[in-house]
Amino acid sequence: MVEFALPKNSRISGGKTWPKPPAATETREFRVYRWNPDDGKNPSIDTFYIDTAECGPMVLDGLIWIKNNIDPTLTFRRSCREGVCGSCAMNIDGQNTLACTRSMHDVKDGAVKVNPLPHQPVVKDLVPDLTNFYAQYASIEPWLKTTTPTPQKEWKQSHEDREKLDGLYECILCACCSTSCPSYWWNSDRFLGPAALLQATRWVKDSRDEATGERLDNLEDPFRLYRCHTIMNCAKACPKGLNPSQAIAELKLKMVERQI
Amino acid sequence: MTAPKASMQKTSMRTPLGRVRNLGASHSGTSDFWRQRLTAVATALLIAPVVVIVLMLIGRNQAGAAQILGAPLIAIILILFIIASAWHMKIGMQVVIEDYIHNEKLKLASVMANNFFCVAVALASIYAILKLSSGV
Repeated sequence: MVEFALPKNSRISGGKTWPKPPAATETREFRVYRWNPDDGKNPSIDTFYIDTAECGPMVLDGLIWIKNNIDPTLTFRRSCREGVCGSCAMNIDGQNTLACTRSMHDVKDGAVKVNPLPHQPVVKDLVPDLTNFYAQYASIEPWLKTTTPTPQKEWKQSHEDREKLDGLYECILCACCSTSCPSYWWNSDRFLGPAALLQATRWVKDSRDEATGERLDNLEDPFRLYRCHTIMNCAKACPKGLNPSQAIAELKLKMVERQI
Repeated sequence: MTAPKASMQKTSMRTPLGRVRNLGASHSGTSDFWRQRLTAVATALLIAPVVVIVLMLIGRNQAGAAQILGAPLIAIILILFIIASAWHMKIGMQVVIEDYIHNEKLKLASVMANNFFCVAVALASIYAILKLSSGV
């Protein structure tokens, strides 16, 4: 059966409250999920206070400030700090999003709560293990597939056909959508999830690709595709404003179109 | 099985891509997806006349009910409604079973029980409608 409760070794208990920075005039409370694979303890929630006068406005700025000034062992992924790389995806105030583009001022009422992306194995603190997610992306074969000999110059595409890829190519594979999807929580071993399916749609709709039918064959499965029940958490979570739900609906429509 | 569990990854030496590809796509599911929509539209269209028929039947004895159901159009509407809704029920329940039950044996048994139940409900209802309708 589906597991509705966390396994015993994943249950959160206790946590350390770190002292407020002494010189700070204005502070903001951060409650951050901590788990260390080496100490044999259960996860906990640590409380930090950041000096808002010394810190940038984004949640990622706060985490970096904590790492620099309070606890250097706090572990999280980050790179571009401008919503392009997708590294700092995490659950902030109950919503999967990018720490670098979510302002801590947008988190109303008290503490900024930061947790790793839901329902993924945790490597350490805020770092999830996305091995399965990346393998699912690889499984949709995200590259141009053609049989026609490669032309001397580029593969041509009309402006209209290129426009069909808008809203799909912008995906940065941050995994905010897939890890917000209840269907993905229950069946991520068989359901490809919104991110991989949005990318599948991107290649199915590419006018230059010659393997459209094969791609649809590879997706036509009660679990790979049809576990999507249009819950739309994916569209709500996407920090790039994309709509994986709509992309998946287009895939389903194409499946029906080639049968009826 | 839920997410790729740490314990599973430790015991399995398959590559992540091998695990995702697993047994391959079953090349099915579209028929169920289409039939679920088809039966949903059919049920939505039929529900209004069915409600009217049920209201007409309230307070009648068996002879009165048999008289109303004796009209071919009314009997056909009711039978169509039973077929569409039982089929819809069967597909919907199967989706729920596939979502939440991950033990293969229990899943197969549940899907089987679901099929039996839906067919039994549909046949019993159709038999009752025909019996009343033909006045036997």
